Amino acid sequence: MSDFPWLSVLIALPLVGAVLLSVIPRERETLVKQFALGVSLVVAALTGVMAAGFDPDGARFQYDEKYWWIKEFGVHWALGVDGVALVLILLSVILVPLVMLASWTQDDRSGGVDVPAKRSVKTYFALLLSLEAAMIGVFAATDVFLFYVFFEAMLIPVYFIIGYYGGAQRSYAAVKFLLYSLFGGLLMLVAVIWLYPLSSKPTSEGGLGRGTFMFDELSRMNIDPTTAKWLFLGFFIAFAIKAPMVPVHTWLPDAAQQSPPGALVLIVGVLDKVGTYGMLRFCLELFPGASKWATPVVLGFAVLSIIYGAVLAIGQVDLKRLIAYTSVSHFGFIVLGIFAMTSQGQSGSALYMVNHGFSTGALFLVIGFMIVRRRSAKISDYGGVQKAAPVLAGTFLVAGLSGLSLPGMSTFVSEFLVIVGTFDRYKWAGALAVSGVVLAAIYILWMYQRTMGGPKAPAVEGMKDLNAREKWAVAPIIAIIIAMGVFPQPVLNVINPSVKETLVRVEKQDPAPDITGNVAENGARP
Amino acid sequence: MKAEGIQAASWLLIALPLAGAAILLLGGKRTDKWGHLLGVTMSVASFAVGAAMFVQMLGYEAEERRRTLHLWDFIDVGSFKVGMDLLVDPLSISFVLLITGVGSLIHIYSIGYMAEDPERRRFFAYLNLFVAAMLLLVLGENFLVMFLGWEGVGLASYLLIGFWQYKPTAATAAKKAFVVNRVGDMGLIIAIALMFATFGTVDYGSILGTGAEHAGLASKLSTGTATAIGLLLLLGACGKSAQLPLQSWLLDAMEGPTPVSALIHAATMVTAGVYLIVRSGPIFEMSDTAQLVVTIVGAATLLFGAIIGCGKDDIKKALAGSTMSQIGYMHLAAGLGRAGYVFAIAHLIAHGFFKAGLFLGAGSVMHGMKDDVNMRHYGALRSVMVLTYGTFGLGYLAIIGFPGLSGWFTKDGIIEVAFDKGGTSGAILGSCALIGAGITAYYMSRVMFMTFFGEKRWSEDVHPHESPAVMTWPLILLAVGSVFAGGFLVLGGFGDFIEPVVGAPEHAHEFKPLAVPGIATFVLMIIGVAIAWRQYGARKVPREAPKGSFVTVAARKDLYGDALNESLLMRPGQWLTRLAVWFDGRGVDGAVNGTAAGIGGTSGRFRRVQTGFARSYALSMFVGAALVVATLLVVNVS
Repeated sequence: MSDFPWLSVLIALPLVGAVLLSVIPRERETLVKQFALGVSLVVAALTGVMAAGFDPDGARFQYDEKYWWIKEFGVHWALGVDGVALVLILLSVILVPLVMLASWTQDDRSGGVDVPAKRSVKTYFALLLSLEAAMIGVFAATDVFLFYVFFEAMLIPVYFIIGYYGGAQRSYAAVKFLLYSLFGGLLMLVAVIWLYPLSSKPTSEGGLGRGTFMFDELSRMNIDPTTAKWLFLGFFIAFAIKAPMVPVHTWLPDAAQQSPPGALVLIVGVLDKVGTYGMLRFCLELFPGASKWATPVVLGFAVLSIIYGAVLAIGQVDLKRLIAYTSVSHFGFIVLGIFAMTSQGQSGSALYMVNHGFSTGALFLVIGFMIVRRRSAKISDYGGVQKAAPVLAGTFLVAGLSGLSLPGMSTFVSEFLVIVGTFDRYKWAGALAVSGVVLAAIYILWMYQRTMGGPKAPAVEGMKDLNAREKWAVAPIIAIIIAMGVFPQPVLNVINPSVKETLVRVEKQDPAPDITGNVAENGARP
Repeated sequence: MKAEGIQAASWLLIALPLAGAAILLLGGKRTDKWGHLLGVTMSVASFAVGAAMFVQMLGYEAEERRRTLHLWDFIDVGSFKVGMDLLVDPLSISFVLLITGVGSLIHIYSIGYMAEDPERRRFFAYLNLFVAAMLLLVLGENFLVMFLGWEGVGLASYLLIGFWQYKPTAATAAKKAFVVNRVGDMGLIIAIALMFATFGTVDYGSILGTGAEHAGLASKLSTGTATAIGLLLLLGACGKSAQLPLQSWLLDAMEGPTPVSALIHAATMVTAGVYLIVRSGPIFEMSDTAQLVVTIVGAATLLFGAIIGCGKDDIKKALAGSTMSQIGYMHLAAGLGRAGYVFAIAHLIAHGFFKAGLFLGAGSVMHGMKDDVNMRHYGALRSVMVLTYGTFGLGYLAIIGFPGLSGWFTKDGIIEVAFDKGGTSGAILGSCALIGAGITAYYMSRVMFMTFFGEKRWSEDVHPHESPAVMTWPLILLAVGSVFAGGFLVLGGFGDFIEPVVGAPEHAHEFKPLAVPGIATFVLMIIGVAIAWRQYGARKVPREAPKGSFVTVAARKDLYGDALNESLLMRPGQWLTRLAVWFDGRGVDGAVNGTAAGIGGTSGRFRRVQTGFARSYALSMFVGAALVVATLLVVNVS
């Protein structure tokens, strides 16, 4: 079983599925959808089998594969997963079939907004499958160059989904998304390529003696501090744009507002995680010294993102933009935990990535259901929905409560770990971040009150409650959110060993508890 | 020690009502017919388990009554290890009995009170959810599990205040309660983080110690850290218990159905702050400052709430002001340390009985008065609602501290230990508590006289009537508690029962009702009742509220708590939000858009040339590819 190329197969499967879709006649829409859903379910099931065989206490990268790809440049098709990558792949493959289920009708896909012509169903589902392949690849890549290729490849399906299936301003949003991403991507590309000559240097000069892009080899290099800082910046800016952090976040609200709700689940829920995942994996482990050098500034921006994103979320009048800004706030938490350099902070952040994926996923799905019914994402177009569609309202509330990290929901565990882990080393950052807890209550509950509470607005009169298909799309996510809120440890057990490796690499230890009241900045355990 | 026997099943306490809530919420309309019965059954079953656990505990020696139960590993990351652990000890079991006992009565009462509501099933689901969360709060063996329950009751409170979501006032009140509570939660979260940074654990056993000598890690705390943790915990307590400065949500919370006000916003949830402080006693005992601040908050709130209670014509809001005030007493006692813990908890339990009885009595009155809450429209109800009058009257006598009834034992006890503290602070705190007792007698008599005495002031189309038996029986049982609970606790050895947990005071407090504070309290009580009688009993009460003095006006406006919040926090907050939205669109995004326009032509062209997408994308990719090659070449050359 260990010789079976699990990850290559998982990447290839959706791609093959996408190609096969083109064979199905255009007018057989249902078959197209069923086939795509079937493929994604098979991918999910296979990933589940693979995950069951993952040994948390075993080697760091498991299911690894390594083949030459471009030998001249030392590029490998190298795949493998550690705990963090595994849970993020699981997140992706669980969300894709649910998104397909929630994109079943024309209205679902267009968000009820008028589109000039009926867009191809086939293309939409083919794009979703290609995106799935790229998402699995980006988390599974253990060759830095290959990671970059997947990182950029993700842009293509997303660009077309927003550009063809989005709202009225879709062109603007798609181009903005692309320009931002390309800018970051190019910076990273320069940094990636730079790694090649560095690794070619002899070991006496800190290199490896031969050029390579393999992550585990590169992380053993001794890069001179100045170079490392530049390279760190190249990677970090790309990831900060993707994640998105203030001040390079402005593409997200526009993309969110214009994108079909289903695809949005994947964009915000998974795609953006590549940014924070990249920080944890590549920034910290390839450039540990530079990461520590940048820590105070990064923490500052993380706290800024938490508060600024939350304040802006409160001020939004559009549901999708609102959730986009809450994500900016949540990404601030994730980055904070990563750069706190404690096991609680980083495990919390890794878990946060997964939990946020499910939580925003649920929110966007429900918002999608609302938009299909009311044909508007404007908050003021709703009111009193609770009376008309109680199940819809209840689902929205549960999803919202997970967005404000209510204890009992998975999001609480991760947010709390980030806060504890950050506070342990950086009191000021941890304490400031906690203000996000109050702001989250305001933006979620106020949104709920304006849409679901109050007297029934005339426009929501007769609004239909969730149908069976919609319930099936969102119920698994909610079940996961609650289960992982009460039993988070199984997932943490998978994540913890990977984070430990990262901390060893950056040479940081958790501060020891200090009862005297003077917690040392870098207190090592006695 | 590990829990054994029925105590080993203490998870059932929580699981039963939680299952009830889950079934009723997921079952939907199918469960409408019997939903309320399931809700009551689960609550009563939970009480039965609690009672059995209590009996089992009585069989143990005093020092063997602390039992823990490990359910599963909740979070384990690095050195942060937290189990899903429960703690059964005399303090937690006291709360268990109060929550499930009074809770069950209120469940039963709600069958009648909510009979006409089409969503009664959902109401019972939320009530069950509340009971489960509240039990988790008091049974948690560490600060994190306690916090799970803490937020769980916050959620239940939110759902129940906003039960009638379609009323904008209810929706707003629910949101306000949650947000204000979250401000307090900030304190609690930072406190937990600080405790982990300080102790390396958040378990009660390690931090607070397992015996009465309090030999946990807390006893090694530096004063500075103890003060910091104490004040942060207090912030959390202030939010949940509606103490100054986070008091403003409680009065609005009366938008919820009356049984909710009785259960959550009088008898149980709002007392969670007192529980937290008493439970964390060993931390507070390391810092005089923290304890002093607790007493100041308590004393200030007890006066604040009492004054508000004097100005309200809405019967529920008058009672809400009273709740705030009574919890102020409990905080005052809790801040006095070991001398006060027993009285804080005894008053809490006694208050649970009489305040629940008073609220349910008010609900019974509203039930007969077409849901009118304005006491100026009541009057002379004693003859038409005999049972309600009788039970409400006993609760009234209990709260004003009529000799021999519950409040007399517990509240007088608090006043006495406040004076016992000695020094200037003791005198000031004692005097506040004493004056508060006088005001309590006044505003409660005012409620009593306006509602049940004088002439009838209701209009012709209202036909007041006694409530059905399903509502009056809980009233009767609560009235029994109002009469006897205080005496039973204070004379019956409650102190000896919980002292193994909270620690024995240095000087055992003697119950001396004929000492100066006791007599002064009695005199002030008589004066309070007399003034109220002169104003509302002997005189005709106008149906429209007269203008009133500036104190009355201020009290009606909740002593300007909301005005202060609005001008200090809400308005600047809204202004900041608007500014941020403007800035994000112009400042941050403007710069980026400018760049984008520079690359791809004007932004107008973006919108126009749809077919140009593939082209511009190809162009970008080409540029990207060119850069790749260029970089590779440059790098290879070097």
